[in-house]
Amino acid sequence: MELAATTTSQSFPTMMGKDVARSAADEIPAERTRQTVGEPYVKNPRMSCRDVYVYYGDACAIKGVNLDVGCNEVVAMIGPSGCGKSTFLRCLNRMNDTVSSCRVEGSIHLDGSDIYDASVDVVPLRARVGMVFQKPNPFPKSIYDNIAYGPRIHGLTRHKSELDHIVETSLIKAGLWEEVKDRLDDPGTGLSGGQQQRLCIARAIAVEPEVILMDEPCSALDPIATAKVEDLIAELKEQYSIVIVTHAMQQASRVSQRTAYFHLGNLIEVGPTERIFTNPRHDLTEAYITGRFG
Amino acid sequence: MSTQTENNMEQNQNTFGVISKGLKKRYRAEKIFKSLGFSAVLLTIAFIVFLFTSICFNGYSAFSQAKIALSVSLDADKFQNENIADANFPGIIKDSLQQMFPEVKSRNDKKLLYALISQNAAFTLQEKIERDPSLIGTNPTIWVLANDDVDMYLKGRIDMTTAESDRRIKDKQVQWLDQLKRNGQLKTVFNTTFFTSGDSREPELAGILGAAKGSLYTLLITLALSFPIGVAAAIYLEEFAPKNIWTDIIEVNINNLAAVPSIIFGLLGLAIFINFWGVPRSTPLAGGLVLTLMTLPTIIIAGRASLKSVPPSIREAALGVGASKVQTVFHHVLPLAMPGMLTGTIIGMAQALGETAPLLMIGMIAFIVDIPGSVTDPSTVLPVQIYLWADSPERAFTEKTSAAIMVLLAFLIFMNAAAVYLRKKFEIKW
Ligand SMILES: Nc1ncnc2c1ncn2[C@@H]1O[C@H](COP(=O)(O)OP(=O)(O)O)[C@@H](O)[C@H]1O
Ligand SMILES: [Mg+2]
Repeated sequence: MELAATTTSQSFPTMMGKDVARSAADEIPAERTRQTVGEPYVKNPRMSCRDVYVYYGDACAIKGVNLDVGCNEVVAMIGPSGCGKSTFLRCLNRMNDTVSSCRVEGSIHLDGSDIYDASVDVVPLRARVGMVFQKPNPFPKSIYDNIAYGPRIHGLTRHKSELDHIVETSLIKAGLWEEVKDRLDDPGTGLSGGQQQRLCIARAIAVEPEVILMDEPCSALDPIATAKVEDLIAELKEQYSIVIVTHAMQQASRVSQRTAYFHLGNLIEVGPTERIFTNPRHDLTEAYITGRFG
Repeated sequence: MSTQTENNMEQNQNTFGVISKGLKKRYRAEKIFKSLGFSAVLLTIAFIVFLFTSICFNGYSAFSQAKIALSVSLDADKFQNENIADANFPGIIKDSLQQMFPEVKSRNDKKLLYALISQNAAFTLQEKIERDPSLIGTNPTIWVLANDDVDMYLKGRIDMTTAESDRRIKDKQVQWLDQLKRNGQLKTVFNTTFFTSGDSREPELAGILGAAKGSLYTLLITLALSFPIGVAAAIYLEEFAPKNIWTDIIEVNINNLAAVPSIIFGLLGLAIFINFWGVPRSTPLAGGLVLTLMTLPTIIIAGRASLKSVPPSIREAALGVGASKVQTVFHHVLPLAMPGMLTGTIIGMAQALGETAPLLMIGMIAFIVDIPGSVTDPSTVLPVQIYLWADSPERAFTEKTSAAIMVLLAFLIFMNAAAVYLRKKFEIKW
């Protein structure tokens, strides 16, 4: 591992230390840390990740990542496939707990408390940090039940009318209400791919999360459905923090305020989206966004 | 530039030529494979048709039964005693036969004459009178069962070309039967006895109900135990158990259990359930317990396979909105796995229904006349009944054997139909 870190460090000739962050990074042994170029930290972060390492068995998939997610912002994660974007994203709501070989080191805080603390229960955590997956995965149940499932299991409502209200507002927020209001009892799996993905987003926001994680939410959708989901993300930003993994760099530039570039498990560069795409500071970032590899 | 295009075209032509050449061979291989598969299917169908027709041909006649009309004289002086049961019913029957054939005089001939009807005729008469004592003093006509040999003769199952001494039915009896037929005193009716009574030494009195009920009770016990245990074990092993050496060992052992010869389970049942726990022998309870042991591996393996086939995206979706592990499994995974689990269960049940060997070990092969009323009454089961009848020397049991096989097949077809229905009902459209 250390060897890997030293070899990669050779490809970081100049930029290092330019935008070096504050205190947290100082405690980390220098040889283990790949210091990120740009601005990984924000004021009043919703989530803050410090020195996160993720291992699958012996293989290290995330190598010491420091990153903050601010309130009401969209953070896009880009990078060549296999670089660990999904792995990192799934750490944020402890979805990686389901992979038995997966081990997470470091600390990830949500509103100031460590989500990997032994006392933390993943069930309420996942209600606070919702997730939307690459392939739309509605439950094979009615549209209504898809949305109502989360509130039901968490006991968020007392009456049917409250539940109806949650279903309606969630669908309205997800921009799906007009399309499905007359067929709430139809199976959610009968919708088109784009509608299904918006249904999944509605399902995630029905439990009033603080953060929504999206793992390539548009990669299975056609351009029109993609545009709708992107508009939706822009609206949802007003209420939630969103972390989105994306393949398409245009998408990152359209929807996100900050962009993080991952490479082989390292977080290479973070910064305001516009700057990353117009003026990348790291060679690897530049190579990726100019399409030299990826 | 143009030469390059030409080159390209030439190359394309070449590639096309090569592909076309190989094409014939590919299609031929496909054809051969298709025809092989098709003939395999045909062969299977031929075997099944042969099996079914031979069983039906042998067994259909068991569903009808010859009856003979006797006009009995129930003089009041024959019932002097207070208790009706004390009357000499066999005597009354014999008297009535005598009256119908007054020419029969010799002892031997009389014996032949009496042999025309079933031994059970006297009981039929007794029952009738007990139900309706006002018959005493009248001369009613009652229909009684013919003997099994007569029945076989009437169904053409006795070879009349052999010497009389070798035959179960004699020339004189044939004459008498002809006479009865002419007088309308002989008829063939639907064989209700077969469906309403238990086993008997007399073929014309033997029925399938005892064994069918025994099978039903045994299967109910098996289902009630093996389905919940099997499903719970499958869910635990597949969804909750840590993946370590112990669960691997358990998995290997379950797979091995599925391959253990069934008679071993019978021995185990004898040793544990009967000798140690004191479960009564020969009962559906003991049988059900043994068959549960046998069926469990099938259900667990099928259950795990169907749990595995539930796409992980559904689990992720449920976990992603904050469902706990148990909620994920019971709300989402299990409903999707249910059709597969049910299919596995029905397959296991069908195996259990046809199982004979382990039940022999726990005494379900006993000759039991009474129809079981509960799971702790001694009884036998359908396949054992088939085995017992197939082993009986009487010609008439041959058709009973085939008929019992037909009943067993009907059970199986019913269960498979139930499986298809349940699968359709629980299937969740995507
Ligand atoms: N469940 C897993 N078990 C083992 N290795 C995994 C698993 N998931 C991902 N990996 C490995 O982790 C690395 C990062 O994968 P991933 O996070 O899926 O990349 P990305 O989403 O950026 O394409 C890859 O090398 C991949 O092979
Ligand atoms: Mg990915």
